[in-house]
Amino acid sequence: MAEPAVLEVKGLTLEFATRHGTLRALDDISFSIRRGEVLGVVGESGAGKSLTGSAIIGLVERPGRITGGEIRLKGERIDNLPPDRMRAIRGRRIGMIFQDPLTSLNPVFRIGDQLIETIQTHTGMGQAEARQRAIALLTEVGIPAPENRIDAYPHEFSGGMRQRVVIALALSVEPDLVIADEPTTALDVSVQAQIITLLKRLCRTRGTSVMLITHDMGVIAETADRVAVMYAGRIVEIGPVKDVIKHPQHPYASGLMGAIPALDTRLNRLTQISGSMPRLDAIPAGCAFAPRCTKAIDRCRSERPDLMPAGASEAACWLVGKVSAEASA
Amino acid sequence: MFAYSIRSLAQGALVLVAVAFISFSMFRFVGDPVANMLGQEATLQDRQELSERLGLNDPWPVQFARFIGNAVQGEFGVSYRQGRKVSDLIKERLPATVELAVLSALVATVVGVLLGVYAAINRTGFLSNAIMSISLIGVSLPTFLIGIGLIYIFAVELRWLPSFGRGETVKIGWWSTGLLTESGRKSLIMPVLTLAFFQLTLIMRLVRSEMLEVMRAEFIRFARARGIAERTIELKHALRNTLVPVVTIAGLQLGSVIAFAIVTETVFQWPGLGALFVNAVQFADVPVMAAYLMFVAAVFVIVNLIVDLLYFLLDPRLRSGQRVAKGH
Repeated sequence: MAEPAVLEVKGLTLEFATRHGTLRALDDISFSIRRGEVLGVVGESGAGKSLTGSAIIGLVERPGRITGGEIRLKGERIDNLPPDRMRAIRGRRIGMIFQDPLTSLNPVFRIGDQLIETIQTHTGMGQAEARQRAIALLTEVGIPAPENRIDAYPHEFSGGMRQRVVIALALSVEPDLVIADEPTTALDVSVQAQIITLLKRLCRTRGTSVMLITHDMGVIAETADRVAVMYAGRIVEIGPVKDVIKHPQHPYASGLMGAIPALDTRLNRLTQISGSMPRLDAIPAGCAFAPRCTKAIDRCRSERPDLMPAGASEAACWLVGKVSAEASA
Repeated sequence: MFAYSIRSLAQGALVLVAVAFISFSMFRFVGDPVANMLGQEATLQDRQELSERLGLNDPWPVQFARFIGNAVQGEFGVSYRQGRKVSDLIKERLPATVELAVLSALVATVVGVLLGVYAAINRTGFLSNAIMSISLIGVSLPTFLIGIGLIYIFAVELRWLPSFGRGETVKIGWWSTGLLTESGRKSLIMPVLTLAFFQLTLIMRLVRSEMLEVMRAEFIRFARARGIAERTIELKHALRNTLVPVVTIAGLQLGSVIAFAIVTETVFQWPGLGALFVNAVQFADVPVMAAYLMFVAAVFVIVNLIVDLLYFLLDPRLRSGQRVAKGH
């Protein structure tokens, strides 16, 4: 490939220095996103999905600190930039969408002011030109009568409409990459699909890459090109969305997929993975999933597996060959 | 918003009527005005004539109505002690108190907000910690002690500033101002600082804690993610959200600065309304006390009205009439 990946993360490690010692919240995370590609990131709460997003955009809050690895945006290393240069990248080249549209917008400023502010921060546009652009953006994200609504305050919009405004803000200066951190979790079910469709359409027409963090497998199946499954601060499986959903290689991934209820079978009880994710200060020496894994062997408890090729995907499991053999049999 | 203003006005009027009733009852319970005015050698007939003339024989609702009618026109009768119209006395003393109070409120608000913002932005800096420590003194030391301390340092030891009075004043119409002469300005410095100090530290601590809370809000994080400069985030996005609760407290404080300048005025022998009131209390000069009470109530009501209107400027959520819980 001649063109470097839009985002390349290599060996990213993030630690929290606490009174009780150092906690490793992200451990050796590596993945890349190509131009126009949508990478879904799934995993249960606390697996490190949002933290990965924060690390990429350079907004990890203290006492969290990146202690290893590198992050490259179109080949340029960005994890060690001085704050001022990183700020110029935020919004301009990497956009971000947060979970709750009700709290993402500043309540005391008109949405137009917030759009114009963002546009003017990153481009040399004048007030009038920026306003025209803001109106165009609002039209694009499907806000009716944008010429009037641009002067409205956030509280005058519904949750779904506010998330559209947030998307307009994140895409306002055409970033290369958008990190969407659970963009639909806080919304009505009826609105979720609209927002995802909108995000997908806007990014496809612009060739924008997307890192879509969610725990909604339905959204992933419908939107993502590839998917990364995270568990206890590590990526346990990453691959094309079809393969990961149909033939998950890692026992945790297959547990996740198995937990999606099928429409055509009657269930008395939803399938679940027993146990819970280990706390950061009590991650076992071997594979972090071993204590909950029904297929664990001795090696899993003593030695930590790295990602290794497994069919079309990569999985971090010592049983890779066996599991896939079972699945295809 | 219109309905809201009307409601605020009505509430304010209600408060004033209630205070007027208390002022009015003072006439009946604090001393006997007739005895006060005539002295001990008056005959019974003199007393009855005066009672009749003052309307003291009318039933009390009639008297109360007359009191309110006069109060609305700014008339509170004649001072028992000085024998002059109370409205004239107040007019004479008002400029001194207003100048002192408004300057103090201005100093307290401007410096308080600036220091509060600074202490919030540089939370761990040496200067911030110093400011916070000193502010503890302001919150805990009584006003008169600060005043006496200032007098000792700047008037007694250093002899830079006068220790009492307004200095020379200039008349502009009926208003007398100390701002136009050097001795007037010098005389203002210590009383203003004394009166401002408590409010200043209060506002500063409030701004700091509110701002720290706002800085943790999600929309601040989103502003950072949009690449907005940190200074802009602090001084525009965070400060504007901080100001709503600050205006409430600062407004109420402004009311109390005007109303309770008494202590400062006493310490510096400032010829204002506070001093007038203290003298009136000593001699049971009821008309003056009643007028002062009404004045204080009116100041509080007016300041509250202004604060209510400021909300609309600062928080757009109120403009549409819907009250939104403060979300963080």
